[in-house]
Amino acid sequence: MTRESVAVPCRLQINGQDYSADLPPSVTLLDLLRERLDLTGTKKGCDHGQCGACTVLVDGKRVKSCLILAVSIPDSVVTTIEGIAQDGRLHPMQQAFIDADAFQCGYCTPGQIMSAIALLEEGHIHSRAEIREFMSGNLCRCGAYNGIINAIEQVVSRQHRNQAGEAA
Amino acid sequence: MRSFSYSRPTTFDEACRNAEHTRFLAGGTNLIDLMKSDVERPTHVIDIGSLPMRDIADRPDGGLRLGALVTNADTAAHPLVIDRYPLLASAILAGASPQIRNMATNGGNLNQRTRCHYFYDPAMACNKRSPDTGCAARGGRNRIMAVLGTSDACIATFPSDMCIALAALNATVNLHGPDGGRTVGVRDYHRLPGDMPWRDNILQPGEIVTSIDLPPAPFGPHHTYLKIRDRLSFAFAIVSVAVGLHMEDGRIACGSIALGGVGTKPWCVPEAEALLDGRPPSHSLFRDVAERLLHGAVADRDNAAKIRLAPRVIERALWQAAAGTPQSQTDKTIR
Repeated sequence: MTRESVAVPCRLQINGQDYSADLPPSVTLLDLLRERLDLTGTKKGCDHGQCGACTVLVDGKRVKSCLILAVSIPDSVVTTIEGIAQDGRLHPMQQAFIDADAFQCGYCTPGQIMSAIALLEEGHIHSRAEIREFMSGNLCRCGAYNGIINAIEQVVSRQHRNQAGEAA
Repeated sequence: MRSFSYSRPTTFDEACRNAEHTRFLAGGTNLIDLMKSDVERPTHVIDIGSLPMRDIADRPDGGLRLGALVTNADTAAHPLVIDRYPLLASAILAGASPQIRNMATNGGNLNQRTRCHYFYDPAMACNKRSPDTGCAARGGRNRIMAVLGTSDACIATFPSDMCIALAALNATVNLHGPDGGRTVGVRDYHRLPGDMPWRDNILQPGEIVTSIDLPPAPFGPHHTYLKIRDRLSFAFAIVSVAVGLHMEDGRIACGSIALGGVGTKPWCVPEAEALLDGRPPSHSLFRDVAERLLHGAVADRDNAAKIRLAPRVIERALWQAAAGTPQSQTDKTIR
């Protein structure tokens, strides 16, 4: 059986903006973001789901955008590293990565930050060991892991302080 | 990736048509990777993401039905799974990474392909990838390959963690195909490679997994999933063991064991499990069980260590289960 590869409708909301186009089905979400929408904050590392550099949120869940066909997640809400700062202010996780010196070359950083934001939402933050385990899908060739875990712990403890403040 | 045509049907009849060079797409974590590596070359991809298979529901017998499209992460985090099948939740959390588990589905886990290096490299001979081309893994760099259930044609390891727990839980798999539905025990779902290693399982063309049924499990805290691997996270098993023991007054009424990382399919030996019936835990009993499980193991060039390692992992897992102290998948210390 041979069939022509025809373009398929793709409808998404990306960083708050509606996106709609007909795409070849082989276009991954990662390639859509980088090659067609100039959202190059999301990085292509291994392109095989191993390194985590391409991590984005789809409907609030962290996923590897290199292994998702853009047409296969109709009407989903996509959030990339470009979509997390608000009113010109960095997301607390972005600020914590700067404060904790949590990167060196920076290539894995957008994926690390998106993964860390989802990690907090999931609540896998009860111990340093748990944070390490649940960040295992993001590799850092520079070996900035201790800084990355420190940054995440900073955000966790700031959240706890804020919650304690609200309670008091 | 080569180009292909794409459809996203909304009914089973539409999806389950027998067509050549077609692949079903669910979570995509394995299929898209294999398409990028040019191992899978479908000309048409049927995205089954709109089929109604996203529920986890109680069964009349006290068991649980897991929809084929429920993600591994949602399954492991589901209150009923954590409460009644902590062995399954543990095995899922021992595998892959959080992002992969957020995408990968329960049906897809059953159907994932081996991670044999030679299968993944189209330049190498591989009977599983390209029938009757030979097996470069035999005599090759094969420390990760299987020692049980191998054949002259194939020594590729079955890679799943989740399926090892499903085998220990004696789950059943519900299928839908061009000729209607059928149900298969998970222990009979995967095939030994024999002289047809390109067929991983008993699925017929056009057939899909719709759900997985878990029977009631009487293990309480007496279970464990113990996984030994090269890295502590995000690595496939060298040896893994899923155990559930039904304990009564300090004795094992009956037990269930499945091995991962060592077999060409989830490895179960009913005769080894039967040795446990009615016996109190003891070193000699657990040694006998481990020996029976490894019976017939054959090493190739680099993987003899698995045959020495596996009995120790089996014995440790049996003690963990007997004591009611399952392995933590966060604190990696093995006690």
